[in-house]
Amino acid sequence: MTLGIRQLPRTALIALGLLVVVWLAIKASQGGNTFLQVTLNGTTDAALYFIVAAGFTLIFGLMRVVNMAHGSLYLFGGYIAYVAQTHWYAGGTSQFQLGATSSTSIWGFLVPLVFATLVIGLVGLGIQQLLLRWNQGQDLRQALITIAVSVIIADQLIAHYGGIVESIQQPTSWPNSIVIGTFRYGFFRLVVVLGAALAVGVLLYLLIQHTRLGMIIRAGVDDRPMLSALGVNVQLVFAGAFFLGAMLAGFGGVLGGTMISVGPGLDSQFLLNSLIVVIIGGMGSLPGAAIGALLLGLVQSYSAIYLHFGATDLTPYGVLAQFILVIAVLAFRPLGLFGRPA
Amino acid sequence: MSDGGLLEVQELNAYYGPAHVLQGLDFSVDEEPVSIIGRNGMGKTTMCHAIMGIHPGSATGSIRFGGLELLGKAPYKIARAGIALVPQGRRLFGSLTVREHLRVIANRGGNGQWTPERIYTMFPRLAERQRNDATQLSGGEQQMLAIGRALLLSPKLLILDEPSEGLAPRIVDELVGNIRGLAHNGVRVLLVEQNLGVATAVAERHLVMVAGRLATELTSDQLMSDPELQRRYLGVEPLSD
Repeated sequence: MTLGIRQLPRTALIALGLLVVVWLAIKASQGGNTFLQVTLNGTTDAALYFIVAAGFTLIFGLMRVVNMAHGSLYLFGGYIAYVAQTHWYAGGTSQFQLGATSSTSIWGFLVPLVFATLVIGLVGLGIQQLLLRWNQGQDLRQALITIAVSVIIADQLIAHYGGIVESIQQPTSWPNSIVIGTFRYGFFRLVVVLGAALAVGVLLYLLIQHTRLGMIIRAGVDDRPMLSALGVNVQLVFAGAFFLGAMLAGFGGVLGGTMISVGPGLDSQFLLNSLIVVIIGGMGSLPGAAIGALLLGLVQSYSAIYLHFGATDLTPYGVLAQFILVIAVLAFRPLGLFGRPA
Repeated sequence: MSDGGLLEVQELNAYYGPAHVLQGLDFSVDEEPVSIIGRNGMGKTTMCHAIMGIHPGSATGSIRFGGLELLGKAPYKIARAGIALVPQGRRLFGSLTVREHLRVIANRGGNGQWTPERIYTMFPRLAERQRNDATQLSGGEQQMLAIGRALLLSPKLLILDEPSEGLAPRIVDELVGNIRGLAHNGVRVLLVEQNLGVATAVAERHLVMVAGRLATELTSDQLMSDPELQRRYLGVEPLSD
């Protein structure tokens, strides 16, 4: 068998993939708890990415709109919940008191969560109705418009909330961590965020596979003009899908704001995450978003910790690993793992 | 006189950018089925899309259905006004099963005469394949599903764009029987065909489309008895029988 020159990069990528697996196996055998910790970090990050990217991929799949303001909706959602929590449930959650007097009730967390999610859904609907609807089918215009929106939102957020990183408080009655034997891990990350991602995944799956609305959405992804010619008001379905997709960004923003923080720069970071997730998974595919999020989360997490080779520390270059992941997937599946031609 | 199902097309022009695809079409479809025949690329499918409102370019003129102006209306409103399209190439939804195709459309507009059960009675083979994806069906079954899907709108007018394309002769005969049955039951039919056998079996009036214009109108007898006409307008070797 001859190895064609075009086969060479692919072969190199397969070899690289095998090396990574072997390397991780060695690390896993060396330090059990650390490896578990790093793996769970990656998995819970992935859960958050999935929630946000599911909304992104839903909007793209149906409307072919690459919503570049998705990351801004994520961050905006986090800020809305933060403000709602500090204003409505002011238990003295100033960062200078560090929990001394602060307490957050369950409602003090859930009400801002639901409120921010709904408001972001409406903001997304507004963007779609006011700015995108009359530019349908014009991909470049829509991308530029949503980039403009994201810049405006980012600046307004800095103007109003400043550059200080804040975080949303989880209910005081919820435990901070769960302990299994000698291993301790954050409760909110492991139970709430992972649970929320599973719930979002299952609910979206049921919605898309088993309801009439889901059938309409799938049919719309397949052949929009034909669906319209069969008496379905596609504009109404678009509006609903945009509302739902934006809500997921806002919902993710509140969870992320509790699990990590809310602060400037997270908007572009989560836009990039969402883009990578759907590029790996295949634009418009829900299972693709799940697999893509998991791969991205794990690669980010492992590369941030395990890129030590003897005395050489390559962890500062760990951010490059996610792009190598993208290249590797696209080399084998140009449309992403679950992607289908438009 | 009528139940408001008269289709009147006047001075219909359609453009793709600078290309003038339909050039002043004038015709009407009343209770008798009408066929539009012509070679490939003459604008037949563009005309179907223009009537249905899914034409991607621009269109001018007038398309009235039961007195209601359709040009410029959204496709779903045109469908709800009582026109259903069975498109060229079937255009089924690849990610839906047979049953889901019928569920998506059921109870939309129309007067509810047609239900999924009635479609299954008309096409028993679809009932057997309810759980299959549309992509797993044979060509004939796909055509049945495309027709069934359109009928669920309980249309007053059914537009069929080359329904016999790619089907085996035995299936085509069955299809002709189905379309005649529908026409007999009061569904108005506008049939676009290249197969003269199908066109003449369904309709008596035939409009010949040449380069975006309606060149002439013929009866079935005129069409069948004149090999020269067939060669000139359709580029086919004359039917021999």
